[in-house]
Amino acid sequence: MALSAVKVPARMPNLGKIPAVDEVGINERVARFQTRSIKTSSKVEALKLILSMIDLTTLEGQDTPGKVRQLCQKAMHLHDAMPGLPHVAAVCVYPTMVAIAKEALKGTDIKVASVATAFPSGMSKLSVKLDDTRMAVAAGADEIDMVISRGAFLAGDYRYVFDEIKAVKKACGEAHLKVILETGELGTLDRVRRASVLAMHAGADFIKTSTGKIQPAATMQVTLVMLQAIRDYYEETGRMVGMKPAGGISTSKLAIHYLVMLRETLGNAWMTPEWFRFGASSLANDVLMQLMKQSTGIYQSADYFSKD
Amino acid sequence: MAIPENKLAFNGGWEYAPAPESTDHVRIDKRYGLFINGDFVAPEKGKYFDTINPASEEKLARVAEASDVDVDKAVKAARDAYRGPWSRMKPAERGKYIYRIARIIQERAREFAAIESLDGGKPIRESRDVDIPLAAAHFFYYAGWADKLDYAFPGRKARPMGVAGQIIPWNFPMLMAAWKIAPALACGNTVVLKPAETTPLTALKLAEVIADAGLPPGVVNIVTGAGKTGAAIVEHPDIDKIAFTGSTNVGKIIMRALAGTDKKYTLELGGKAANIIFADAAIDQAVEGIVNGIFFNQGHVCCAGSRLLVQESVADEVIAKLKDRMETLIVGDPLDKNTDIGAINSRMQLDKIESYLAVGKEEGGTMHQSSCRVPQKGYWCRPTIFTGVSQSNRVVQEEIFGPVLAIQTFRRFDEAITKANNTPYGLSGGVWTDKGAKIFKMTQSIRAGVVWANTFNKFDPASPFGGYKESGVGREGGLHGLDAYLKLGAVS
Repeated sequence: MALSAVKVPARMPNLGKIPAVDEVGINERVARFQTRSIKTSSKVEALKLILSMIDLTTLEGQDTPGKVRQLCQKAMHLHDAMPGLPHVAAVCVYPTMVAIAKEALKGTDIKVASVATAFPSGMSKLSVKLDDTRMAVAAGADEIDMVISRGAFLAGDYRYVFDEIKAVKKACGEAHLKVILETGELGTLDRVRRASVLAMHAGADFIKTSTGKIQPAATMQVTLVMLQAIRDYYEETGRMVGMKPAGGISTSKLAIHYLVMLRETLGNAWMTPEWFRFGASSLANDVLMQLMKQSTGIYQSADYFSKD
Repeated sequence: MAIPENKLAFNGGWEYAPAPESTDHVRIDKRYGLFINGDFVAPEKGKYFDTINPASEEKLARVAEASDVDVDKAVKAARDAYRGPWSRMKPAERGKYIYRIARIIQERAREFAAIESLDGGKPIRESRDVDIPLAAAHFFYYAGWADKLDYAFPGRKARPMGVAGQIIPWNFPMLMAAWKIAPALACGNTVVLKPAETTPLTALKLAEVIADAGLPPGVVNIVTGAGKTGAAIVEHPDIDKIAFTGSTNVGKIIMRALAGTDKKYTLELGGKAANIIFADAAIDQAVEGIVNGIFFNQGHVCCAGSRLLVQESVADEVIAKLKDRMETLIVGDPLDKNTDIGAINSRMQLDKIESYLAVGKEEGGTMHQSSCRVPQKGYWCRPTIFTGVSQSNRVVQEEIFGPVLAIQTFRRFDEAITKANNTPYGLSGGVWTDKGAKIFKMTQSIRAGVVWANTFNKFDPASPFGGYKESGVGREGGLHGLDAYLKLGAVS
């Protein structure tokens, strides 16, 4: 099913119907996912799947065109010494770097994702956020990673948050919209659930945990709550929404636990880069190291894998 | 990929490869005698029986069948040890022995966990993470009480009872042995313990631990056998206290046998607990609680949440989510680290469960089972739920002791309480709501020994456990558990 296959009109959800989230129960469920033992063939399969789901990211004030080109090269050629590897799903950059990434990735099906809407804080007027979005789309971005206005959300102005996401979605045109909830600033899992529902009803193609600029970034707990919200929204509307945990996932073991959680919460339909992404910069090399270990039996030094 | 009717798909795609727990470190002898007076001895009549792995139906070992004569020997050894060193030992010294048992169990935890799964069919995840750690925790907890008994019951003088005869079931073999032995020893009693005939191995390994810990001979005696051996313990005139965990039927037989004697007793019997889900509950976590309540240990749990009472307005949602969750439960090799539901403990138990499935369908209930594959050999039952059943259905009233859940709905608060209490049992219960006031009101109204709120099947050595009505007599665990092994008198 393609992302755009099911159209559901944006409609403010009934916030009174959002189920409660019990943090103790969430912690227990997460601990249970972590007891799954993933070995041999299923480990190799998982590691390759993880590589294909990575949004390789650089979001720094000091980014240069050269650095972005390097990142794109890495995105296409993760580790050519090992044949048969997939490429990553996307490269994620600031709007000013979109054109450079687009050029570098020409001829591949690696997507260019751009953060927008006064990333990372979102502290600006709607008009500025829309301009930011349009600029990234005009430069060729396939995907827009927006941030919600946490201030308005925490103040209880859910209508504002909803309208803003809806407006940004419109400004995206054909580009897919990922809505960053910045769960590290929301404080409770109940709010994570509520923000997820708002974002999906307002038209999000993906919901995403974090900017990576705030701690804690992605955790399995908030991701589980968001996956459950996605499942309920799908059962209600028939529209699939993607999930992107971002920040803080740097080891293969943890990424595999995320896959276990995804599989046991949403099932197989979501187990593709079209519906699940890891927003990460250092994860890829750890996965590559693990893959080499699986084929050779030996851990190689980090120096054998290109840093970027 | 198109999915019909917005349903989630859990089959196919990325699967978990087998991840079996290694058994290289496990030592099981070909044949086990009876552990009497500190040594393994042959049974007087020379009879042995097989204990098998319920997941493969293969024989694991031959185990001695204790006759009246053997039980008498064990009781004599226990009486001598009671008179001799044990009841006269400084309590702090007794505590040291119990601590030693706890530590050795921890050291050998991997071996104990593997044997528990081999002999009983429970998933290694549970024996590794629940049974064995909790067994060690019980020994640690009661070791600490050994020299503080006078403080446990201020103003009373605590004296041991004497020789305790203990009969334990097959669902948590090692853990039940710990529940029984630890408080008995801490209070200065000696013990004759009989494990269940289908799961004797961890108790026999525990006998090795007790020998290694250097306990004086006769303080703990372990005799294996079936019902006749148990009857010999219950009827032995020189036993001061009977502690039994098992079925309500056998509990009644024991109570009859003990009537008119001066033996003390604690009985921990059956259950048919209601897990009550209110509409305002955290639904996903409640579903997890239902799963944990009924599918933990294949449903072979006396305090299992085998009845689900769900508020009408969320019933469809809860049942749909429960069915999805059941699809992700892995049934199979108990030694695989990813197995959620292992083998049914015995052929006999599987027959009993299957007869209830037939009864449930005959009575007009709608049965749903997960679609998972189960192995060819061994005893298996897929996770099962019944909907469309009511209080008068046998699957609602009777303890099935398998992975079978009976689901009913309710509208009003008092209706939930009435249904929850409308059972001869009263061992446990569960309440799921986001509202604190409702929790307090419910927990005060449900007549059961333990009521969990927004969780289920949580155990701790410090917490007492036991039943109302036909679920039993007396309490085990915590301070209450000490009381069951002491004579409390005036300070002299």
